[in-house]
Amino acid sequence: MITYLIRRVLAAVGVLALVALLTYWIFFALSADPAVMICGKTCSPERIDQIRATLGVDQPFMTQFFTFIGGIFAGRTYGTGANAIECAAPCLGFSFQTNQSVLEMIGDRMPVSITIAVGAAILWLLIGVSAGVLSAVKQGTWWDKAAMMVALSGISLPNYFIALVLQYVLVVELQILPFPSTPAFGDDPMFWFKSYLMPWTVLAFGYASMYARLTRTNMIDTLGENFIRTARAKGLGSGLVLGRHALRPSLTPIVTLFGMDFAGLLGGALITETVFGLNGVGKLTSDAISKNDQPVIMGVTLMAALFVIVANIIVDVLYTTLDPRVRTKVA
Amino acid sequence: MSMLPAGLLNEPGEVTSEPHEGPSSTRGRSSTFRRITSAMFASPAAMLSAGFIILIVLIAIAAPLLVKVSGWDPFQYDDSAINPDLGGLPIAPWGGISAEHWFGVEPQSGRDVFARIVYGARVSLTIAFSAAAITTIVGVVLGMLAGFFGGWVDQVISRVMDFLMAFPSLIFMIALLSALPAGNRPVLLVMVLCIFGWPYIARVIRGQTMSLARREFVEAAQASGASKAAIVFKEILPNLTGTIIVLVTLAIPGYIGTEAALSFLGVGVVPPTPSWGQMIAMAVPWYATDPMFFFVPGLFLFLTVLSFTVFGDHLSRAIDTGETQK
Repeated sequence: MITYLIRRVLAAVGVLALVALLTYWIFFALSADPAVMICGKTCSPERIDQIRATLGVDQPFMTQFFTFIGGIFAGRTYGTGANAIECAAPCLGFSFQTNQSVLEMIGDRMPVSITIAVGAAILWLLIGVSAGVLSAVKQGTWWDKAAMMVALSGISLPNYFIALVLQYVLVVELQILPFPSTPAFGDDPMFWFKSYLMPWTVLAFGYASMYARLTRTNMIDTLGENFIRTARAKGLGSGLVLGRHALRPSLTPIVTLFGMDFAGLLGGALITETVFGLNGVGKLTSDAISKNDQPVIMGVTLMAALFVIVANIIVDVLYTTLDPRVRTKVA
Repeated sequence: MSMLPAGLLNEPGEVTSEPHEGPSSTRGRSSTFRRITSAMFASPAAMLSAGFIILIVLIAIAAPLLVKVSGWDPFQYDDSAINPDLGGLPIAPWGGISAEHWFGVEPQSGRDVFARIVYGARVSLTIAFSAAAITTIVGVVLGMLAGFFGGWVDQVISRVMDFLMAFPSLIFMIALLSALPAGNRPVLLVMVLCIFGWPYIARVIRGQTMSLARREFVEAAQASGASKAAIVFKEILPNLTGTIIVLVTLAIPGYIGTEAALSFLGVGVVPPTPSWGQMIAMAVPWYATDPMFFFVPGLFLFLTVLSFTVFGDHLSRAIDTGETQK
C-alpha cells in the first residue's frame, strides 16, 4: 500500500510538472509581450526593457520556467536593488492587470467557489443517486420513465441556458429569488441561502442527471447478478437486499466520479460563475483569460490540475477500501 | 461531468457493450445489422431522434437554398423590422416573428434568426462531425495499439491519456483558444476538441481490445500464422464496430455542446459567422426584453444534443441486448 501510494504521488508530481511546462510554454509562445501590455501605449523602449528585466521575461524559456517553478517552492525576488519585490513561497507571481499576488487573488476567491461546489454537490448527490436507485428498483414504471426523461434533458441542456431561463422566471418575472450574489453567511443566512440557491440548482441539475443515469445502469446490472439472487433466495427482504448487497457495488463507480467532479468544481465553476457574475475562481479564470493575464491563468490552471490529481489519488485509495476485489491487486 | 454540458466526458458506464463472440462472417454480420435496425425501428424515441438528426443535417446541407426561399441571408440587416426608439427591439411581437422573418429578427441589427439558425447548424455540425471523425480514428488506432501490444506501447499511450484526462480541459481549451491568433476559428475548435477528446474513445477501445486479444479466435489466427497487422485489422477491428458506432454517436452531442459552450464564452466561432452557442451569448443582454431571441437557438441546441444522446442510448442498448442473447 505504501509503495503504491509513493508511486502514485510521484506520478502525480510528474503530471503536474508537465501541465505546468505545457501551459507555460503555450503562453510563452503565443501571448503578446506582457511588458508592452503593462506599460501601455505611450511607452519608451527603455521602459519596456526595464519591465521585461523585472519580470524576467527577457530570459530564455527554460530559465523563465525554472524561475517560476523555483518561486513556487522557495519564493523569488522580482527586480533588483531598491525596486526589488519579495514574493514568498509558494510564489505564483503577480497579476499583470492588478499587480496583486496571484496566490492571494485565488485565496480571496476560493470561499465562493467552495460554497458553490459544496452546496451543489450535496444537492446532486442526494437527488441524483436516490433518483437513480428508485428508477432501477422501479424499472419500467412511470416514475422510472419520468425520472430518466428529466435526466436526459438535464444532460442535453447547456447549463448557461438553464441558468438564464431560471433567472428570467424566478428573479425577473416571479421575483421569488434575489439575483445571485455572494453575501456573507453571517449577515443574513436566509439571504445567503437564497442568493446561492440558483447557482447550486443550475450546477446540480446537470450532474444529478448524469449520476441518476449512471446509478440506474449500475444498479440494474448489480440486481441481475447471482449474489443478489442468492440473497433473495435466502429470504432476505427487498430492503435488506438493496441496502446490504446491491448499493455498495453500484455506488463504488459513483464515488470515483464524484471525487473527480467535485475536485474539478473546486477549480471554479467557470460557466456558472461567469453567467451569474459570481466572484469565484471560475470568474477569476475567465476574466484572466479575456485580459490575457498570464500569471493568473498559470496559477488557476496549476491549482485546478492539482485538485483533480489529488482527488484521483484519494479516490483510488478509497476504492480499495470500498471494493474488496481491488484490494488484493494493490496490496 | 466537468464543465462541459453533456460533455466530452461520456459516462464511463455508458458504453459497456461486450465485444461479440468470434470472427464475424458476412452472413452473421448482416443478420446482426438487421436485428439492430429492427430494434431501432421498433422504438418511437429512437425514430423521433433519428428524424430530428436527419432534419438538422438536411437543414445544414441545404442552408444556402433555404435562405433563398426565406428571402434573407444571415448577414443581411433589416432596419424595417426593428424599432430604434426601443433600443432596437423587434417591432413584431414574439421576437419579430412574421411571414417575412420566420424565427424573428436579431435586436438592433434586424438580421434574420432563421437564416442564422440554419447557417449556425452548418457550423456546429461541421465542427462536431469533423472532431468526431478525427477523434474516432485517433482513438481507435491508439486504443487498439495500446490494448493489443501492451508493454511499453501501452505504457506510453496510457500515460498520455491519463495526462490529458487529468488536465483541467475547459480552462485549457479557453486559454488556448484565446491565446491562439484568430486564424480559422472552426479549424482551431476542431483541433482543441480533438486533443482532449480522443482519450475517452481510446480508453474504451483499449479495454475491449485487451479482452478480445485473449479470445480463442485470435489465438487461432495467430496459430494459423496470420501477421499482427492482419489480426488487428481482420480479427479485432470488425468486432469493435458496434462499440465504435456507439462511441461516435455519443461523442457528437458532447462536441456540439462543447463548441456551443466555447462560442458562448466568446472564444469559439467569431461573429459574423453564426453558431448556436454564440447566438445564445448574443441574446444574454436581451433575455428579459426579447426572450424569443434567446429561446430559439437554445431550443435547437437542446433538441439536437438530446436527439443524438437518445439515439446513441438506444443504439448502445440494441447492440448490447444482441450480445447478451447469444
